[in-house]
Amino acid sequence: MKQLLFIALALCMSNLALAQYKTGDQARDFKLKNIDGKMVSMSKFKEAKGFIVVFTCNHCPWSQAYEQRIIELDKKYKDKGYPVIAINPNDPDLQPEDSFEEMKKRAKSKGYTFPYLVDDTQDVARDYGATRIPHVYVLNKEEGKMVVRYIGAIDDNTEFPDKVSKRFVEDAINDLIDGVYVRNGNTKAVGCTIKWKKS
Amino acid sequence: MRLWSLLFLCIIFTRVSVAQNVPIVNRGDLYALVGTNDDTLRVVNFWATWCGPCVAEMPHFEKLERNKGTQKLQVIFVSLDFASQLQKRVVPFVKKRKLQAQVLLFDGGDPNEWIDHVEPRWTGSIPATLFLYKGKRIFYEGPLTEQELLSYVNQIKQLP
Repeated sequence: MKQLLFIALALCMSNLALAQYKTGDQARDFKLKNIDGKMVSMSKFKEAKGFIVVFTCNHCPWSQAYEQRIIELDKKYKDKGYPVIAINPNDPDLQPEDSFEEMKKRAKSKGYTFPYLVDDTQDVARDYGATRIPHVYVLNKEEGKMVVRYIGAIDDNTEFPDKVSKRFVEDAINDLIDGVYVRNGNTKAVGCTIKWKKS
Repeated sequence: MRLWSLLFLCIIFTRVSVAQNVPIVNRGDLYALVGTNDDTLRVVNFWATWCGPCVAEMPHFEKLERNKGTQKLQVIFVSLDFASQLQKRVVPFVKKRKLQAQVLLFDGGDPNEWIDHVEPRWTGSIPATLFLYKGKRIFYEGPLTEQELLSYVNQIKQLP
């Protein structure tokens, strides 16, 4: 019996270590500080049908390459019920360009149209299972719950927006809006490592 | 697999796109590299010039390459910088740091199409390192300390 308990515990712990959302999982809400100093939670967006949650930051060249496209995603899909929420999980001690003050400056100079939140405990990034930046999670509200329907890249060409042939995030949201199964729920992309706090 | 070593030398020395000894390689080249199974221990490190943790761990890899002596060992830095940055950033970086290890710039297009072929466990963040030896492989995603790097080198030698 003791052995069984031990195995069960070990299993739980290994699950904890691997905790990472997959498509179909329910995504948890969060309460994080926005660049305007106010706390933001998904539950405050009463009208939202879902969200485009983007783990991103200031300094990463891949994030910068996608910055304008993230703004365009928000403009395009906010009115359709899927606004962007950007979350910066980087430890500013390790990456000073990603500090709260720098986030404010960046959002202002680039004209962010969406909340840009700081995940200072890194718990949200960890719970979602984000590993790189930018890392996108498309969530869809289903029976009152936020369900992960897409995880991955924004599109298939980081460097040249005009040469993009596959718009992964747009395709996923269009499928959701059409009420059909998201055909491509997972993609991989190259990105900056999240700067995890040294424990 | 002597053949691959030869091929690799060919890539390095004869490719048209050679620039300051940082060749641009394509998917086929990279798949060939990560598919080697000969008795040379290869340490393939994925990095980019602007990636802080990548640049921070590079000296350990360089040291490994410089101190290899007669060991059959090769460190290969695979840059994921944009190909358009080859002359602007990658070549000056390699020159400035006087890198001894082979540096390649991988121009692979949509990562979603090649990451799994390189390593299915790779989520796509860098640095990431592949250890290849006699058909065995160890993959590590994230920055390595010198000690960790050396311990993986020993580990792959000892793997059955």
